[in-house]
Amino acid sequence: MTTRRQFLKVSAAVGGGLLIGFRLGAPESARAASADGASSDGKAVFEPNAWVEMHADGRNILTISGSEMGQGAMTVIPMMIAEELDLPWADFDTRFAPADPVYANPVLGGQVTGGSATVRGFYNQLREVGASARELLMQAAANRWGVPLSELRTEPGVVVHTATGRQAEYRDLVADAAELEPPEEVFTKSPEEFRLIGQPTKRLDSPQKTTGQADFGIDARPGGVLKASIARCPVFGGTLKSVDASKARKAANVVDVIEMERGVAVLARDWWSADQARSMLSIEWDEGELADLDDAAIEAQFREGVQSGGKPARSEGRGAEALADGENTLEATYRVPYLAHTTMEPMNATASVHGDGVTVWVPTQAQGSVQQVAADVAGVSKDKVTVHTTFLGGGFGRRFETDFVREAVELSKQAGRPVQVIWSRPDDIRHDFYRPAAYNELAATLGDDGLPVAWVHRIAGPSIWSRVAPGMVKDGIDPAAVEGAADHPYQIENIDVSYAQVDPGIPVGFWRSVGHSQNAYVVESFLDELARKAGMDPVEYRRRLLKSDARERGVLDRVAEMADWGGKVPEGRARGVAVAKSFGSYCAEVAEVSIENGMPRVHRVWAAIDCGIAVNPAGVERQIHSGIAYGLTAALFGRISIKNGRVQQQNFNDYKALRMDQMPAVEVSIVDSGNAPGGVGEPGVPPIAPAVANALASLTGKPVRELPIELDGSA
Amino acid sequence: MATLTLNGRPVTLEVADDMPLLWAIRDYVGLTGTKFGCGTGLCGACTVHVDGEATRSCVTPIASVDGKDVTTIEGLSSAGDHPVQLAWVAEDAPQCGYCQSGQIMQAAALLADNPDPSDADIDQAMQGNICRCGTYNQIRAAIKHAAATKMAGRDGEEVSA
Repeated sequence: MTTRRQFLKVSAAVGGGLLIGFRLGAPESARAASADGASSDGKAVFEPNAWVEMHADGRNILTISGSEMGQGAMTVIPMMIAEELDLPWADFDTRFAPADPVYANPVLGGQVTGGSATVRGFYNQLREVGASARELLMQAAANRWGVPLSELRTEPGVVVHTATGRQAEYRDLVADAAELEPPEEVFTKSPEEFRLIGQPTKRLDSPQKTTGQADFGIDARPGGVLKASIARCPVFGGTLKSVDASKARKAANVVDVIEMERGVAVLARDWWSADQARSMLSIEWDEGELADLDDAAIEAQFREGVQSGGKPARSEGRGAEALADGENTLEATYRVPYLAHTTMEPMNATASVHGDGVTVWVPTQAQGSVQQVAADVAGVSKDKVTVHTTFLGGGFGRRFETDFVREAVELSKQAGRPVQVIWSRPDDIRHDFYRPAAYNELAATLGDDGLPVAWVHRIAGPSIWSRVAPGMVKDGIDPAAVEGAADHPYQIENIDVSYAQVDPGIPVGFWRSVGHSQNAYVVESFLDELARKAGMDPVEYRRRLLKSDARERGVLDRVAEMADWGGKVPEGRARGVAVAKSFGSYCAEVAEVSIENGMPRVHRVWAAIDCGIAVNPAGVERQIHSGIAYGLTAALFGRISIKNGRVQQQNFNDYKALRMDQMPAVEVSIVDSGNAPGGVGEPGVPPIAPAVANALASLTGKPVRELPIELDGSA
Repeated sequence: MATLTLNGRPVTLEVADDMPLLWAIRDYVGLTGTKFGCGTGLCGACTVHVDGEATRSCVTPIASVDGKDVTTIEGLSSAGDHPVQLAWVAEDAPQCGYCQSGQIMQAAALLADNPDPSDADIDQAMQGNICRCGTYNQIRAAIKHAAATKMAGRDGEEVSA
């Protein structure tokens, strides 16, 4: 069997050499607890690394080193470990990892869940985790039977001596294996040996999530906890001037009112009482510098940014100069608004500041940041902060942030007991870190063959990285602002893409698919405008502009085939197509759209994704459905508007979400390119807005140059 | 204050009359399967059954359910084996899962009234329940799956809805 196995470092090199500098450590907490190789009951426990714990009674526990926010981490992480460990599916329990650098995602460089990186980040590492544990179990059997390791193989849960057929169950080997040193080198399976990877696999958390047993952050219940509702300044950057809390303090079940730098918290025995009493606070805010800001002022700043010239993000050939090379020039302005995340579970965190440090229960995408923030606020060292990650009722990038953690720790510190902060839905919508708005001016000139000879794209908008990690911004270019625009795959001789960073003061953050969420819309819609101007089919137009080996072509061809592109379309409907690469994967979508009661209706979507090796194809399919729903919500409804420095929307009535009757039928096809795994949580999002916009343009003859889509009366 | 039957057991809650059922259940009874999503009946995450009717508990004052029969996700079945729950697992429907208690309670009420719903019936019944993960197609499949199971098993006692 080992002859067919590849030495992992070979496959790691194929996958991009992600294992350099990697160490299979145990978490610090576990190292301390089980330094003697025994569990608290004195029985042997085999804990070869920070992910695997196996007991002599047959209990196995796998640690989930990514947050479970719906994307399937709790299922796909065990798949990668169990594949190489040859553990029977699903003969194990799981637990969410504590905050510990050992659980850093290799492609993200920190203990962070996002960037569609759970599989592509951990693919090599977790297979090595499984393989090294398996090797130790085999070594234990080899020692016991006095045979060479090379004569042994494993079947799920069992080590087998091939020549004699002698077998030992893993549980009978863990005591011996616990005494062995981990191997320096391990062998992993070649893909054709996979038993779990590549099999559509059902989620492990469905039973909990269908019986009300799954614990989210909002369900944390430490003894003596008080519930807090916080009034925050409605204007971004504003601070508390004064508060009269006398009425609130007298309200039923209220225990305390605490003044904070940017708000006032009411603490009560239950959250509703806290929230009711919050409305009795009489507060005067210092609204700060943004009190007059509105959408018109923001747009004026963006225009000025474009006009004053941005920084070059991509320059090829003669750039904008080449616009004059022909007569057939098209210019367009595209706009996208700020967007809130609206996870179903509103922001919340529970903290207990106690004599020994801080304990935090939180639905988070960033355990390391949570630990740091809690330590800073409580004035303790990081190792005194215990982070319990709960299930996340959605993440979408919002739960990278730690603003809600800061609040809970600060309040617990002041109140001297555990505090759970829960945001109302209006709090959640009005105090987000928004998907940046963006303003785009585009121009292109077509050559005699109808294909563009010059492409100019000027972007103005806020920068996420300038706040999160300023070092990411180089020469004035925030990669998150230009991704999908500066690196589009179309072969055009003269390209000029620039970015002007304009920050009106509205907090911005990562939102599912980040810059791709707007740039794919802008690029793919404008490209369709060019195809229409040239009188060419949009699929063929793209094919002619893509290199022959571009992976975009694979998904484009597949989706065209799935949708029978060019075939008959039902009366009153039209189809649009778009393709985008993001997070290491390539996704093309075709949307079939009609107009009903002046609103777009999306009937069907075909999607083709090339995400390299699809570890859990069932999960991939669902993430594409999910990305389409998320992107469609934004395309049809999403707009955060600003007036007097305040967000105007407040709940699902004015910040709508796609509903059951608006969800299109979706058909997904996975293009097997054999490449290393790419992301899947986000890549389904970028193509949907332009696919729908392009279908509408086809129906109405008018391009859709602003999101959310608003059809005028002529449509 | 209200006295009600909660998941088959009598419960007396000494809270303000206008406290929403949701918060009484979550913060005083300690059942957390029913979720807070919007506070205004717009998203359906808090859906429970009141005398068998799907009801938004976040906008239902506790006093209004005095003497009534309330079922939450924890009481839908004793072992997570209500046909709707089983169908949800079989169709691999949940993603983040936060909205699913409400979705399941809504779907169970639908199927109790209408054992074989059409797509239009499903749209009508389920459009008050938002899922930000976009599991709608899996939910639709699960409802049909449950309907087929219930029809097939319809030889005697109807499973409680």
